[in-house]
Amino acid sequence: MIKKIVFAALSGALFAMGLVVSGMTQPPKVIGFLNVGGIFAPERFGAWDASLAFVMGGALLVTLVAFAVTPRAGNRPWAAAKFELPMRKDIDAKLVVGATLFGIGWGLVGYCPGPALASLLTGGVDVIVFVAALAAGMWAARRIIK
Amino acid sequence: MNLATLLPHPFLQAGVGGILIGLASWLLLASLGRVAGISGIAAGALIPTQGALAGERAWRWAFVAGLAVVGAGAAALLHTPAVATRPFALLVTAGLLVGFGTVLGSGCTSGHGVCGLGRRSVRSLVATLVFMGAGVVTVLVTTLFIAA
Repeated sequence: MIKKIVFAALSGALFAMGLVVSGMTQPPKVIGFLNVGGIFAPERFGAWDASLAFVMGGALLVTLVAFAVTPRAGNRPWAAAKFELPMRKDIDAKLVVGATLFGIGWGLVGYCPGPALASLLTGGVDVIVFVAALAAGMWAARRIIK
Repeated sequence: MNLATLLPHPFLQAGVGGILIGLASWLLLASLGRVAGISGIAAGALIPTQGALAGERAWRWAFVAGLAVVGAGAAALLHTPAVATRPFALLVTAGLLVGFGTVLGSGCTSGHGVCGLGRRSVRSLVATLVFMGAGVVTVLVTTLFIAA
C-alpha cells in the first residue's frame, strides 16, 4: 500500500515535469498545434506550431519499448500482484462519441486532463474553473454509464 | 532558471518533455502494473467504483497529487508564461466536454495516446485519431468564427 502510493506519486511527479518541459501546459501551444489551417493558410489562421508532435514522438519512443518489454509472462510489477492492462479491443459508439466530445473540449481551450491537473496549483483562475467542470463532467458520465 | 536557456529550441523541449512523459508511464507500468491514463486515474480517484479497495483509490490520489504539486513547482522553477484567463462559460463548456468525453471514451491523450499507441492498441489508435481530428476541426471552426 505505501509502496504503491510512493511509486504513483513519483510517476505523477515525473509526468508533470514532462508536461511542463514539453509545453503541453501552455494552452496557446496546444491550440497552435491543432491549428492545421495554419499549414495551408497562415495569413488567415496564424502559424502552425509543430512542436507538440515531438511530445507524442518522444513519449512513444519510450512507451513502445516499455509495453513490449515489461508486461511479460513471468514478470511481476514491483508493487502489485499483477499487470492490469486494458483488455478491450472493440470499437464501439461510446469510444467514438466520447473521443469526439473530448476533442471538441480540447480544441476549445487547449487543456486535456493531464496538463490541466498539472497546472491546478499554479495560481491561475482559468485552470481551476476548467478542472471543476472536468470533475463534474466525469461524475456525470459515470452516473449515466453505470 | 529558464526553460529556453536549458533547452534552446521548442522542438527540443517537446522531445525531452515527451521522453519524460514516456518514462513516467513506464514507471507506473513497472511498479503498479497499470496504464498511466490520467482521465481514468482522476475519475477513479474522484468517484469510487463499487467494491474498490481503499488502496486502489489511495494510489490514484497520490498520482494526482504528484502531478499537481510538481507541475506547479516545475512551472515556477522554469518560469513558464502565465495562462490568460478565458471566458467562464467557455472554460465550463470545455471542462464538461473533456470530463464527460474522456470517461465515455475510456481515455484521453495519455491513456489512448501515449500508452494505448505504445501498446499498439487499434482501439486507442481510433480514439486518438478521432479526438485529434475533433480538436483540429474545433480550432478551425473557432478561428473562422472569430475571424468572421
